[in-house]
Amino acid sequence: MSLYNFNLFKSKIQKNRNISLILGVLFFSIGIFDFCLNNFYEKNVTAFLPGFISFFTPLIFGMIGLYLIRIEFSGIKQLDKLNKNINTSNFNAALSISIILLIIFSVTPLLNWFILDANFIGENKEACTGGGACWVYIKIWFNRFMYGMYPNAEQWRVNATFIIVLGLMGVGYFFPLKYKKYLVFYYVIILPVISFLLIYYLISGGEFGLEWVETGAWGGLSLTFIVSFFSLIFCFPIGMMLALGRRSELSVVKYSSLSFIEFWRGVPLITVLFMSAVMFPMFLPDGTYVDKLIRVIVAITLFEAAYTAEVIRGGLQALPRGQYDAAKSLGMGYWRLHLLVILPQALKLVIPGIANTFLALVKDTPLIFVVGLLELVGMLNLAKTNPKWLGFSMEGYVFAGIIFWIICYSMSKYSQSLELKYKTDR
Amino acid sequence: MKLKKILPQLLTLLFIVLIFGFFTMNAQENMDTRGIEFGFGFLKQEASFDIQFSLIDYDGSRSYARAYLVGLLNTLLVSIIGIILCTVLGVIVGIARLSPNYLIRKTASFYIEFFRNIPLLLQIFFWYFAALRALPMPEDAPLLLGSSFMTIKGLYTPAPVWNNFNIFLIVLIVALVIIFFFNKFAKKKQEELGKQYPKFLISLGIFIIFPVLTFIVGGVDLSWSFPQLKQLALTSFTYEGGMGIPPELIALTMALTLYTATFIAENVRAGIQGISKGQKEAAASIGLTTTQVLKLVIMPQALRIIIPPTTNQYLNLTKNSSLAAAIAYPDLVLVFAGTAMMQTGRAIEIVGITMATYLTISLTISLLMNWYNKRIAIQEK
Repeated sequence: MSLYNFNLFKSKIQKNRNISLILGVLFFSIGIFDFCLNNFYEKNVTAFLPGFISFFTPLIFGMIGLYLIRIEFSGIKQLDKLNKNINTSNFNAALSISIILLIIFSVTPLLNWFILDANFIGENKEACTGGGACWVYIKIWFNRFMYGMYPNAEQWRVNATFIIVLGLMGVGYFFPLKYKKYLVFYYVIILPVISFLLIYYLISGGEFGLEWVETGAWGGLSLTFIVSFFSLIFCFPIGMMLALGRRSELSVVKYSSLSFIEFWRGVPLITVLFMSAVMFPMFLPDGTYVDKLIRVIVAITLFEAAYTAEVIRGGLQALPRGQYDAAKSLGMGYWRLHLLVILPQALKLVIPGIANTFLALVKDTPLIFVVGLLELVGMLNLAKTNPKWLGFSMEGYVFAGIIFWIICYSMSKYSQSLELKYKTDR
Repeated sequence: MKLKKILPQLLTLLFIVLIFGFFTMNAQENMDTRGIEFGFGFLKQEASFDIQFSLIDYDGSRSYARAYLVGLLNTLLVSIIGIILCTVLGVIVGIARLSPNYLIRKTASFYIEFFRNIPLLLQIFFWYFAALRALPMPEDAPLLLGSSFMTIKGLYTPAPVWNNFNIFLIVLIVALVIIFFFNKFAKKKQEELGKQYPKFLISLGIFIIFPVLTFIVGGVDLSWSFPQLKQLALTSFTYEGGMGIPPELIALTMALTLYTATFIAENVRAGIQGISKGQKEAAASIGLTTTQVLKLVIMPQALRIIIPPTTNQYLNLTKNSSLAAAIAYPDLVLVFAGTAMMQTGRAIEIVGITMATYLTISLTISLLMNWYNKRIAIQEK
């Protein structure tokens, strides 16, 4: 009870405590009210005070308010919880208030810009009259942002391909238990082949009466998906081989894997793409032309494979030696040992690391603008320079930011759930 | 048995040799048909292009080698600024993530989740094309902190004007060396005799007093040059004097800092959480004070967890600074792999040099890191 001696204005008596509670809430509300008046109506009620103090009045009022309601063991459950979480000391209270004020300060204008003052209806630039965002711009350009320069009439082909590939990816989930062991085979070999054929015949076209669409016309978000999907599928097996190579006892294999990994990890992706764009054609026989998109996918795959290799190596190193010894004592050779004993355990350990690499891969795809392929961000930059739609870069970037954020955030959450699911205690 | 070991190695070697051979042969052929001679002689030729922002003397009459140096210095500049800022921000956010205060904890994790899940390139574009373009023109810019102007053409701040700057610099280095040896001495005493010196205060004292002395004794003099608004034409204004920081640099630094700080914050959090509670309690139970617990027990262990992944992030930041090319900040990639390559057409040499430069930076830091890791690793018996 001695704690209460420090509380100057706070009494042990229930009645006085209520008064301090009411006073505290009042002060706190005055602080917030003052802040809102200042910011949104440009009325400074406390203008009679010196400028410096007047600026801090919301903070001071809020502090007094929080100080008054900081009653230990008040008996009110919610109040105790509140105090424990945001109001344990004066310093904490000051920080809490600053953050509350900051939220009020930033959320209201953002809300205005996003929704209240924004324009949703219309067909051209003139429809955007409000001070807020012009979502008409996104609406008009939506197809371009999603499909790039892909002809409008043919866009169903892109959609169909994605739906089929997604469906095929989901099939693995429903595999009967008996065939579970073929799952890896399915994902590593069958699925990529089918997807490639689909993309080759359906998106690219040229046969079966479908119009041919050159890869230069592909773009937008669908290109982001195509590039990251293929790089992701190919970089995994390559990374696995490199990781095994790096831990090999054969010195030539070991050092060549090592230098391969260190090389790709040491250079920025943008220079790798530069290389694939300007240097790579020099390394091929004169006259051979490799499609831009393929070059980009190869470059990103090799780049990410090096990172994947390092992640997998971490998993391999984390396994106790006993696992190797036990498998060897059963007479298993190198490949059986790794495929049946080591890799299944190691890969479980590195799920978060792999997921991070894949996230980085998705976030790196916008860089392909270097070779002239325009995915979502590239299309934004193109749309921005259209003379009919000047001055809406903000809306474009916010739109792309939201899309990428949703993709990356859901991926990272999914990887966390996988991590929990496969967690085996050691 | 022997064959089993040699065969895979031979095959690997053969594979590598074949690929490299194929590439070199084609490259030779292609260069022959285009009439290009492989070599680095072009580095001495006149570059004849201008670079907007340069730390050293440069104009079009200088050589390509000089242009390379300008690009490299610009890359290093943005990396170093970025590293310093993102460390400060990352440590603050990382600690805030563990705060007992609900609001602060949530704000910190909101910041982390928000910025780490958006592609860096998009962030750079956002700051450069959307946010910084909304700034006022030079003639309308308000005064910041009584001396600076934030305009659409960049940030204009007062610039220091030094007299006898060399003396100041030398003394500063001397002071740092003294601090280094003093800390070593103090650590030795601490380990041998358990005697503690107020290390931080003495170091800070040396760091401040020595340079200040040069102002009094060494004839060092510092004054500030302030930016002044100047009219170029009827509607065109600019600032004269002071220091002009181009908007490209600001946008790039901001994006790199905000992005990388999220990763550093997570490292810091993991490092602090990685220290078991028992360590703190054990240290407290042998009578160490709170500061001593933090300084002698918690921090040395937490740093061991924090530093390796953080160095990795520094490297990432340096590599990511190459995205500068997208907003025309004259870094190594833009100046050398961009403009210089367009002019000379020497794809192999120039991309090779650029990659080698980044590779050197990365490998040097990795080697230092490995050495450091070995040094601080817990010696198990």
